[in-house]
Parts: sequence; C-alpha cells; structure tokens
Amino acid sequence: MSDRQEPRTNDQRPIALVSVNHLTHQFSARRSLFGAQHEAKAAVSDVSFDIARGETLALVGESGSGKTTTGRAILRLIEPTSGRVTFDGTDVLALEREPLRKLRRRMQIVFQDPHSSLDPRMRVGRSVREGIEAHQIAEGADADARVARALEEVGLRAGDAVKLPHEFSGGQRQRIAIARALAVEPEFVVLDEAVSALDVLVQAQVLALLMQLQRDRGLTYLFIAHNLAVVEQIATRVAVMYFGRIVELADAATLYASPRHGYTRALLSAVPVPDPRVKKQRIVWDGK
Amino acid sequence: MTAPAVLLDVRDLVVTYAGDAGTVRAVDGVSFTLRAGETVALVGESGCGKTSVAFALMRVMAAGAQLGASSHVTFDGTDLLALDERAMRDLRGRKIAMIFQEPAAALNPVMKVGAQVAEVALLHGEKSKRAAWDRAVAMLDRTGIDDATRRAHQYPHELSGGMRQRVLIAMALMMRPALVIADEPTSALDVTVQAQILDLLRDLQKETGMAVLFITHDFGVVAELCSRAIVMRGGKILEDALVDQIFHAPADPYTAELLRAVPRLTADR
Amino acid sequence: MRLALAVLTIFVITAIFAPEIAPYDPRVTPQSDTQKNLAPTAAHPFGTDGFSRDVMSRVIYGSRVSLGVAAAAVLLALTLGAAVGATAGYTGGITDVICMRVVDAMMSVPRVLLLIVIVASTGPLTVPGLVLLLGFTGWATTSRIVRAEVRALKERDFVLASRAVGSPEWRVFTAHVLPAIVPQLLVMATLALATVIPLEAGLSFLGLGVQPPTASWGNIISDAAERPGETWWVVLFPGLAVVCTVLAVNAIGERLTASVERRRAQT
Repeated sequence: MSDRQEPRTNDQRPIALVSVNHLTHQFSARRSLFGAQHEAKAAVSDVSFDIARGETLALVGESGSGKTTTGRAILRLIEPTSGRVTFDGTDVLALEREPLRKLRRRMQIVFQDPHSSLDPRMRVGRSVREGIEAHQIAEGADADARVARALEEVGLRAGDAVKLPHEFSGGQRQRIAIARALAVEPEFVVLDEAVSALDVLVQAQVLALLMQLQRDRGLTYLFIAHNLAVVEQIATRVAVMYFGRIVELADAATLYASPRHGYTRALLSAVPVPDPRVKKQRIVWDGK
Repeated sequence: MTAPAVLLDVRDLVVTYAGDAGTVRAVDGVSFTLRAGETVALVGESGCGKTSVAFALMRVMAAGAQLGASSHVTFDGTDLLALDERAMRDLRGRKIAMIFQEPAAALNPVMKVGAQVAEVALLHGEKSKRAAWDRAVAMLDRTGIDDATRRAHQYPHELSGGMRQRVLIAMALMMRPALVIADEPTSALDVTVQAQILDLLRDLQKETGMAVLFITHDFGVVAELCSRAIVMRGGKILEDALVDQIFHAPADPYTAELLRAVPRLTADR
Repeated sequence: MRLALAVLTIFVITAIFAPEIAPYDPRVTPQSDTQKNLAPTAAHPFGTDGFSRDVMSRVIYGSRVSLGVAAAAVLLALTLGAAVGATAGYTGGITDVICMRVVDAMMSVPRVLLLIVIVASTGPLTVPGLVLLLGFTGWATTSRIVRAEVRALKERDFVLASRAVGSPEWRVFTAHVLPAIVPQLLVMATLALATVIPLEAGLSFLGLGVQPPTASWGNIISDAAERPGETWWVVLFPGLAVVCTVLAVNAIGERLTASVERRRAQT
C-alpha cells in the first residue's frame, strides 16, 4: 500500500479512483391502487464525491437517505437519471454493454442480506465461481483452485464449496458473498451495509476480515452503513446523507471529533452507548 | 421497603420442536423472575432462544413447538401454561401485551390504524365503538404521533416505520397491561427513530409502572433502557444480573466477549 | 401418495407395453356377430363392444393414446407458456405488454369452446394434430404464472449479484432465473395433465378428438352412447381409467405443491 497522505481539500487530492459528479436519480412516482401515494423511494440529488485509491469512504445515512441507491448507481446496477461516474478515468455511465460488463471485474459489491444475495439453489462454490467464469479468468481445475483459495481467504474451508447456502449461518454466507466479490480480483468494492445484518460478534469478525483484506490487496472501499460506531472503525472519510443529499463530507477524525451539520450531530447522539453509567444527551435535528 | 411483587415467575421453561435433524431445544431450561415495574432485557445473539421464550410466554408458539413437561410459568398468581386458549386470549392484550419487531408485518394493511388500536379496546370489554375510537386516538397521541386525530384515519403504508412502531406500542398499551413483552421493537428502525422510541418507552414505563421484558441483541439498547439483563446463549441463561454488573463485571466470558464486540463511538468511551 | 404413484406407474407401464399385455388386437372385429356386446366374462373381462372388439384390449391400447396425447400436449403447452412467460417477465417493456395482451385474448375464450369450434371447422384431426391443438390452446395460464415468478425473481439480490459480478444477461437468466421456475413448472405439469386427460376424453367422446378405430378412453365410451344402460361395461371401464389417472395425477400434484412450498419457505 502506498503511503499517500490524506489531504484536506479536494483540489490537493491525488487522482481519484472513483469520481462521482452531480449524481442524481429519481424513481418514477408510483400510485397505489387506492390512489394513495406510495412511500417515496430514495432519490439521490446532486451527489458528488471522490474516492482515492486505497481509502475507505463511508456513506452514512438512515433509510430514505439514498445511500444504497448511490452505491448501486456508481456500479451502474441502476441507471442514474443524470450525473457522471468515473472509474479510473473511464466514464462508467457512457459505456456500452460489453465494455461495462468487462469493467465490472474491477468494481464489485457485497450486499446487505446474506440470506438473499446467494442463489439458494446453487452450490456456493458455483456462486463464487460465476465471476471467474464470466471474465474467463480461469477454467476447470484452475477455477476450482481459485474458488478454494477464495473460500479459505474469508475463513471458510475449501470443502464448503459443495454445500448449499442454507447450510451456512448468516455470517458465513456473508463471507461467501465477500469471497464471490473478491474472486474476480477487483480494485474497488462497494460494501452495501455488508455487516449491518449480522450479529455483533460475527459483525466484528467480518469487519476485521474486510479490513485485513483491504490491507492485503490494496482495495478501495465504499462502505455504506447507518451505524456510525461501526463506520468509525473502518472509514478514512465519511459522507453523511440525508434525503438524497450529502450534508457533510469530512475525514473521519474531523467528523467524529467536531461534526458540523446538525443532522450529523443528531446521528451521533442517537448511537446507543453500551454502558449504563453513561447518559447521553439526545440532540434532535428538526431538518434545518 | 419491600421489593415490588413478583409478577412473572418462569421455572425450567423448555421449548422444543422437531427440526430437520432431530429435536431442537430452542429453550433449554430457562428460569427467571420479573417484578412489577422492572425493565428486564433478554439479550443474546440470533438463535439463542430469546424470541422463543417470548412466544412461549404469550402462548403463541409455532405449530409443532412443544413445552417441556416440567416447565412452569406463573403470571400474577396464575399458572400461565395451564390456561385454556380462551382465558389466555383474555389475558393477552389486557394484562400481557407484545410489541413486535416488524411493524409493517404486524399491522393489517387494509385497516385504518385508528381502527386497529380501537379494536384492542373492543376486544377487551369496550362496548362503544365511538368510545373505543376516542381512546385509540388518545393513545396514539400519547405515543407521540403528531396530529393523532387525522393520523388515526390513515393506513399503515402511509406512515413511516417509526410511526408504525408507535401504533404498535399504542395497541400494546391500550389496556394498561402489567407486562409488556417487546420483541426487538427497534431493530428495524433507523437509529434516530430508535432513540425516540426508546425515550418513549422509558417515559411510558415510568408513567404506567408496567414491567417490560425487552428482547434484543443490541447491548446499547439494553444499557439505555433496562435495569436488569439476562444473557442467553444456546437456549440457556448465562447470566442474570443488574445491568451495571453485566456491563462492568460480567461473570461469563462469553458475555465479556459480546460486550467487547459491541461497536462504540470513541467519543462515548 | 405412494398409492398414487403406483397407480400412475401401472397405467404408464400398461400404455408402454400395450401390445404385450392386451389379450386381443383392439381393432380386429371377428367375422361372427355373436361376439357383439357381451357382458364381462372370463374371456373378455371388460366385455365386448358393438363391433365385437374386446373392451379391455381397447382400454389398454387406449391408455397409450389418452396418456400419450395428454403428456405431449402438456409438454407443448408448458414449454410454450414458460417461454412466453419468462420472456415477458424478464424483458419487460413493450414485449411484456404485447405478450400479455395475447395471453389475455386467449384466456378470454373458454378452452372447450375454442377446441370445439376449431375441430368443427377443420374436420377431424390426426392424433399429432390433436396434440398440437391441445398444446396451443393451453399455454396461457402457464405463461401468466411463469411471468409472475420471473418478475419476482428478477428483483432478488442474487440475480443482481450475478449481474454485478459480470455475468452476461443470458447467463444470469439461465443460471439463476430458469432453475428457480422449474419446480413450479413441474407442479403445473401435473395439474395440467389432470385437466387435459379428461379434456381429450371428452373431445373423443364427442367425436371431435381421436377418431375410431384408434382407441382412446373417450371414444370407447362413445360406442355405447346410445345404450349406456345395456352395455354399461363399455362406459364403466374406460371411465374408471380416466378417473383413476386423474386422481393419481392430482394427488402427485398436491404433494409436489407442498414440497415446493416448503422449499420456498426455506429460501
């Protein structure tokens, strides 16, 4: 890993690996059968940020903040309404289908729900293999060896490849999802609430695994989450989102020590303290 | 000063059901007591059996689940496990109430929320629909729903997650039960909303003096709300003590391990 | 369930090995008229019909036709329905709209009516023709169900994950979406069989389906149409065959549905 410095302002930053400019996404409004408005799907409004190689940018927000939509838009798993996404200089949103598919090898995603992100009918080895085959990285026995290595790297056993997802716990399934993402040797990984659905012990383990893998492979992360305490452990910079907009973007130390925006402060004050002796002052934010 | 009366006395609770590979003991000999007005947490990771305990107490277990022969539960002097379904139905909602994790799943999507809250009163003796409705609106207001008169006419999908949970709380509290069993009521909520709901529960508990059995996996919530904590693992109780002791001098190494793993803001240390 | 499977197996084996099992040639009509319309005897356990043919042999050979036509028609209908439904569900957009309007049109006409009208206008069909007709009129329901399944599957995380990892669309479809609808298709196949077997029997009975002298359970019965009371054996035995197979298939279908539901709950 290079020892890059972490500069404070955008114009001094090295060329970003991922660059997001004025990203906007509107879901088409839908009306239910009885005329009442459906709950508004998270829209993203004019979101911009850069992610430098090797860093972990956390995208923090509650439901409706647009953080998941942003993550998927960056990978072009959804087509944003407008804006620009650049990956290592390439304009992601302008790519044709096949070049986009090839680019996917370099940018991967791990989803939140370990119970639905793996095909329940497919043996996990095959799921992990899928990317390897799709990008023709290896085949046959060579591919099998890579799958075995990928599983071992995330703390599972090579022999687990023949099992079905339901034979694993939630934490193990999430590890498999991570193995699947890493099997294609990406440079950038979007972690979409990847540890949010896990029990606290498992969460700590998987988080440690993610951080170790990042160190070993020089990965760049976009860590989407809602728990600021978890984020604090892994993020280099934090972007706070509220109703589709970024309300604060700062490096982690600054954000946690002296949060500027009212919503950030409200979020921080809402994190429960696992200590009955500590009484926290609740900060309410009325919305500007 | 005598301690408040024992409200709930659970002895050797065992819940088993037939799994794919033989019998599973979801709850394996759990014993604890709850006094009037206490807020006790039943805390543990998923699969530890805490939810099974709750369902067993409410006698709403899944089909195929069986209680152990030696299991004994006394609630307010009554043998809970010996009650027939009719007597249990009368108890549910009136003396023991439950708040569920997923408000969207626990609410009827085609019924106005006001009607659902009012229904609780109607089921338990209120004769007048008008009066039940008024009481429901008052309860919705009490749980912090602004403009309760108007909101009562809305359907669940028109409300946010936090508001739906407030509706569930209103339903649970309608008949001023002595015991409220809250099954992960804030797990599905945003953290700012969770904070509000916890504050609400704390206030309501002080006001009504009800006992709360709070089921959760979140130690932060336990520290905020509860006076006592029961740590479960693998269907058994590992520790049962006041929260201060659990957090600062846990007797069991597993508890200590869990506590170490809880994410915590540096600023809060 | 085991009983159902056993019954069905017996019927299938009978159908396959008809030439070996049947005591008489179903088409042969001996010269003398004395064999006409005999009640069941040891020599003819199901009796004989108005053309002096052994009913049991006809029923046995008839099973080939009745089961064969039904199976082939169901196969055709399901394949067609799955193809249309999956395409419509997965592609969405204008393709979806067009496909579904066609389906709507087809479903607005009662199937039996449609069959009768078509046969009435084209005249009697060959057995393959009948299969095609039954198949082409029966795919609409399947396509609706498959479309719904595919649409739901499309949104599942693991489908998105497959795309995200870089699999081309066709692979996402064949590796993840198709295998998921197969169990449902099996269930629909059994239920469709339970519908088509009586349908073919009814058509043949009316003279619109399989034409004599080829035996089908339906047209065997029609031989006794004028005097059912007197030659009850000509009606009873083929009728029993239809009823038994349908019951068996339904039982299997129900069991399959239960197991599919269970699997689905697991996932």
